[in-house]
Amino acid sequence: MLAVRDLAVRFGGVTALESVSFEVRPRSITSVIGPNGAGKTTAFNAITGYLRPSGGRVTYDGAALTGLRPSAIARRGVVRTFQKTSVFPALSVEDNVLTGLHLKSTAGFLAVLAGRRRLAAEERALAAEAAAIIDFVGLGHRRHEAASALPYGEQRLVELAVALAARPRVLLLDEPGAGMTGSEKAVVSGLIRRIREQGVTILLVEHDMRMVMGISDTVIVLNGGRVIAEGAPAAIQAHPEVIRAYLGASAASA
Amino acid sequence: MTRAGGFILAAGALTLPLWLPSAYHLHVAIMAGIFAVLAMSLNLLLGYTGQLSLGHAAFFGIGAYTSALLTLKLEWSFWPALVVAVALAGAAGFLIGRLALKLRGAYFVLVTISFAGVISLVSINWIELTNGPLGLPGVPAPELGPWSLRAKSAYYYLVLASVGLSYLVCRRLVRSRIGRALVALRENEPLAESVGVDVTHYLVLAAVVSAAMAGLGGVLYAHYTRFVSPEVFLFTYTVTMVIMVVAGGKGTLAGPLVGAVLFTVLPEALRAATSWQWQMLAYGVLLILLVFFLPRGIVPRLNALAASRRAAPAPRA
Repeated sequence: MLAVRDLAVRFGGVTALESVSFEVRPRSITSVIGPNGAGKTTAFNAITGYLRPSGGRVTYDGAALTGLRPSAIARRGVVRTFQKTSVFPALSVEDNVLTGLHLKSTAGFLAVLAGRRRLAAEERALAAEAAAIIDFVGLGHRRHEAASALPYGEQRLVELAVALAARPRVLLLDEPGAGMTGSEKAVVSGLIRRIREQGVTILLVEHDMRMVMGISDTVIVLNGGRVIAEGAPAAIQAHPEVIRAYLGASAASA
Repeated sequence: MTRAGGFILAAGALTLPLWLPSAYHLHVAIMAGIFAVLAMSLNLLLGYTGQLSLGHAAFFGIGAYTSALLTLKLEWSFWPALVVAVALAGAAGFLIGRLALKLRGAYFVLVTISFAGVISLVSINWIELTNGPLGLPGVPAPELGPWSLRAKSAYYYLVLASVGLSYLVCRRLVRSRIGRALVALRENEPLAESVGVDVTHYLVLAAVVSAAMAGLGGVLYAHYTRFVSPEVFLFTYTVTMVIMVVAGGKGTLAGPLVGAVLFTVLPEALRAATSWQWQMLAYGVLLILLVFFLPRGIVPRLNALAASRRAAPAPRA
């Protein structure tokens, strides 16, 4: 289980997160929502090692993640995507995913220099796995195209494929539906459900309420760097503090 | 490149001393080979990790001085001196890689330039060891068992073997998960980290291999010219390497080879054709044209041409 305890992030005098605590149940889809500037992406960055928190700790299955480099956190099975589209632009879709399979491959420096025969076998196995992941996200027809040449929606799928290649046990998705059309969002929602069915825990930051309420088991609401509510989607939609945070005080009292 | 093309190229390189008309031409071929090793070394960093080392002459010079000093002062034979020189250059690469762990772009460039500056000053001022600006004359020619490799034709094969070895190392690295990790660092470092690529580990690895390879180039140079002086640290050497890599095609396996041959042969050809002032002018104009028309380099352009020819349907009669 991924557990966040009293997580705090301060930039100089600005408090981005003050004492955020929550737990993400294994095999759940948990969404983090909140108005702009609520600290959602900051929380993601602090959990995945891109930002050193000023206080608190993050653990996964009891082992501390806080203080580890992002690559070390990924090695423990906690993998994230980025809010802004993030691919290896000059590489083909296939090479993007092969790069994502880095942790899966084992060949060391000397083995590579010696050009051992089992190296070729490993490369073949990796290529087969990459092909399966590319087909899973529905980009089979784009395999050999440069990632930068794909339309926006497909680039986001490449990004998802790269993250999946790292074989996450917990996958943190930062606004996977941002900038997508309705039908593209439906495709992404379907993929997220199927990823969860494979036993992956999903933590999601998303602005699209239809998507969040449609796929989440649990919704966590951040505002002003604090958790203001946590619960099932229906309960969250009716929660007075949440309505106040999104629509303002007058709407809640009306 | 097709298999047949590679075979013809290899056959040509292997028989070169038989059909080159003069010792001078063989000299140009040897220099092209030494620069090919250097360009491949720089390409590992610049082309694959995307980090520009503008102090690459330092590793070249460390290789040259180490091997020269070991053979001259301690009277070691060539081969152990070669191994130690390459290892020492690699160790210097490790040092730079560790220092520059968190530095990228312009800051990485500055660290490498400063390092080359420091090493150059040491070579000039540590007179008891290096003989200062006068340099070290009489570096012995290598021997292979009973044979001396002093003759140009013999030395050519030593250089050719080094080029082949360096190419093999680059090729195996680049086409492995290690190569993919290096390119990931160039393409998108945060994303690389997010899927578990320990970016700094691979940057250090690339720096070590690159520096060791440049050291090998230095050894070859020292025992060929039989003289080492602080001039080996000249910025010109680094700039020449950069030109070769960029013009040939950075981030490709063949690019540095093409660049090294072109930019070793071309100045020599120009020298035969015209006076010094015109040479430099022509050289400069050619560089500008290359950057203007082939910004990604010669080899990527040729690859793109070949790909579009394959993709285009056969012309109808």
